[in-house]
Amino acid sequence: MSLHFDHNRPIYIQLMEHFYRKICRNELKAGDKLPSVRETAVEAGVNPNTVSRTYMEMEREAVVVSKRGQGTFVTEDQSVIQQLKETTAEQQMDVFLTTMKQIGFSEKEILDLIQKRLSALENGGDSNA
Amino acid sequence: MHEPTITLTNVSKKYVRQQALAPLDLSLDHNGIVGLIGPNGSGKSTLLKLMAGLAQPTTGSITLAGKKITRRASEHIAFLAEIDSLYSSHTVKEAIQFFDGATTDFSREKAEEMLDKLKVDLHQKIRRLSKGNRARVKLVLTLSRNVPILLMDEPLSGLDPLVREDILKMIVSYVDVEKQMVILSTHEVSEVEPFLDYVIFMKSGSVLLNEKVETLREERRINLVEVMREVLQ
Repeated sequence: MSLHFDHNRPIYIQLMEHFYRKICRNELKAGDKLPSVRETAVEAGVNPNTVSRTYMEMEREAVVVSKRGQGTFVTEDQSVIQQLKETTAEQQMDVFLTTMKQIGFSEKEILDLIQKRLSALENGGDSNA
Repeated sequence: MHEPTITLTNVSKKYVRQQALAPLDLSLDHNGIVGLIGPNGSGKSTLLKLMAGLAQPTTGSITLAGKKITRRASEHIAFLAEIDSLYSSHTVKEAIQFFDGATTDFSREKAEEMLDKLKVDLHQKIRRLSKGNRARVKLVLTLSRNVPILLMDEPLSGLDPLVREDILKMIVSYVDVEKQMVILSTHEVSEVEPFLDYVIFMKSGSVLLNEKVETLREERRINLVEVMREVLQ
């Protein structure tokens, strides 16, 4: 499986987002070992140097920890993971809110629309999710 | 860290009347995967052959780690030719033995392991292999050499998308990007883009750009296809 990349943005950042999403979804759990740099490179269809950079940046942000000779692991610190989830959610909401404001909705209207949409989805009406 | 350095100084190449390379200066001293990109006839193959010591420059000099490049450069440089370079009467196993005998740094175990993964039958004759499998065998023989520099002339040309993907993944799997430099020529820019550390654009025998791919993305916020359009127009 090769990932699809937007070639206008640095690939190492997109690869970070890919891992962060997995960690947020709990597909990669606290303390889990990440695949080796080369495994990820082959799987994602990118250069190993790009993967190294991704791992280094994630380590700098304290989301992963590299242990000498053992590999790279997701942090065991739950507060970091919680923080990551919140930051990711905030980023997504900011994008959404900006778009909604650009097409002319007020904050009150946006809130109403979200509630309407959520209850529609709950009733199994439309499954765009 | 020891890095292979190829330096070209005022290098040009003329074939009888045709100027294949304009005089150019180029220094390559970074490990990783380098894409040599340009339209047909832009001088990509000529440049690779000169670096491999398979052709002599008309003017200028080429050095590898300070030493002039000659035919003996093959001790440090593996070259994957675009043309069919295997004996068709050999079996795959004999082709491996031939390469093992012809070079001093060949790893037979590595070659057989790779071919096993690719499910290529070692007892099959080269001439009976499909085009895709011939390309895979050629690549395996190149990747099985333990040399600092690997030059690949159009490793993807004429192959179907699945084989091309296989070839790129093999390069990523078996090249040590921290210790080796791969230069591969192609015109399939978007396909190789995620695999490249560096890119060199050529046109009409000149090098127009030699840059780190991530830098291009960060500074210009555009992809390689767009960069190519800007540079080669």
